[in-house]
Amino acid sequence: MASQKRLYNVGAILKGLSITFGFMFRRRPTIQYPSVKKQHAPRFHGLHELRRYGDGKERCIGCELCSSVCPANAITVIGAENSPDDRRSPGERYAARYEIDELRCIFCGMCEEACPTDAIVLTPSFEMADYRRGSFVYDKDRLLVPPDAGVGTSPNERPGGIPGDLGRVAEIKATTDVERGYDATWRGEVLKTQRKGLTLLPPSKAQ
Amino acid sequence: MPWWLAVLIKSAILLFVVVTSFAYAMLAERKILGWMQLRPGPNRVGPWGLLQPAADAAKLMLKEDLTPETADRLLYKLAPFISLVTAFSVYAVIPFGASSSGTWAIGNVNAGILVILAITSLGVYGICLGGWASGSKYPLLGSVRSTAQMISYELAMALSLIGVLILAGTTSLDGIVKAQMRWWFVLPQFIGFVIYIITAVAETNRAPFDLVEAETELVAGFHTEYSGLRFGLFFIAEYVNMLTVSCIATLLFFGGWNAPFGLTAIPGVVWFVLKVACFMFFYMWLRATLPRLRYDRLMAFGWKVLLPVATLNLIVTAIIVAYTG
Repeated sequence: MASQKRLYNVGAILKGLSITFGFMFRRRPTIQYPSVKKQHAPRFHGLHELRRYGDGKERCIGCELCSSVCPANAITVIGAENSPDDRRSPGERYAARYEIDELRCIFCGMCEEACPTDAIVLTPSFEMADYRRGSFVYDKDRLLVPPDAGVGTSPNERPGGIPGDLGRVAEIKATTDVERGYDATWRGEVLKTQRKGLTLLPPSKAQ
Repeated sequence: MPWWLAVLIKSAILLFVVVTSFAYAMLAERKILGWMQLRPGPNRVGPWGLLQPAADAAKLMLKEDLTPETADRLLYKLAPFISLVTAFSVYAVIPFGASSSGTWAIGNVNAGILVILAITSLGVYGICLGGWASGSKYPLLGSVRSTAQMISYELAMALSLIGVLILAGTTSLDGIVKAQMRWWFVLPQFIGFVIYIITAVAETNRAPFDLVEAETELVAGFHTEYSGLRFGLFFIAEYVNMLTVSCIATLLFFGGWNAPFGLTAIPGVVWFVLKVACFMFFYMWLRATLPRLRYDRLMAFGWKVLLPVATLNLIVTAIIVAYTG
């Protein structure tokens, strides 16, 4: 009987109607995603990239530590010896093949931690949707930054052959200049958004 | 101009108006539901999403029209048209305004309200047969529900309207609106108005009385198996029925095209459209607010509350009118 009384409780219905009416005029928290983008956390784990040194040499020395530490077995590295007339990396070896299956990857960042030369870095870029599964296996061509986007001093140019900026590169994720047009990093995303005359929300407003 | 040509032209214009208002009623519903749920609603197609109805129509037309193997093919294919034709044909007798040359309607029938009640009663066949002919259990349950719900609520609905007819002394919609020149029938017939509003929601299968297509229980109720254009026809019929009951509420209780507070500078058609729009908003508002009723409570409410109250309202009105003349 109590439930029967509640059913005919007109006051409750009117109260409900007033609540929904009030909600019509509230500020909506929606972010109009493709046109307005929310800024990520500075250490967001997104798509990988392979870094270079300032002189254009690859940082990766083909040691395969990333592939052995990877909990999802997403990384394949096949190393090869550098030849004296075509030196790809400052070390003895370089990665002849370097592939990451981004569908297997769980974006834990352990490859980043394991890498002795800060070659592999997770960028904040996450928009990698595609139509075919095969296109999610990123090979070296797609992972490696352009030759002029390198950072840090190569060990070739340093006494003792030790990289000068170990442990710092992964911290500053946006290493490339937006003017150079390379946009796999967060600053690149801003540029793309601004080019279309759209706005990017600062992190405090987007929360 | 021969009379049949005039009717044809009037019908074509009216059909265009009704279909357009259906399209934008649908957009408005999605927008209003969105706002009430703190979402922006559709806004990607055209400015403020204004081209969304066109995109939806194109999508529905291009979708495959499936027929289940167990379906009764003829009835299955016919049912959406029954719903649609009955929904549209009501507009033949609904007047929208009046000028010195006469009432703006295709046919100014002297038993207009009876014609409307008769035609809308036929509309339930579309839902019943569609659900039954699908040859599938959820649509069948939906159509069984629709039969029982329509019958129980149609009684109370008709009784709630008779109070107005007694006050107006006519069944012509034109005459009923003219009888409201002094005051709108919502004042003397407030109980009748409340009952009509509740039963109208049930008659059009809208939330919170949408047990016929209760998606949480019956997948999509009677139109579970329908796809493509045939689903679209049911969809159009539902919204056109909403417009119809809003028009009736406006004509019978809110003075039709009579201007309120003596604001006769604005033409009557505008007032009519505004009033109908208010009712449409009310239906969308209800949908955003109230949860669906349980089926036994729906039936109990219809038979044990609405019907006795409507009967009492009718008797009291009749006695008062008989004594005061």
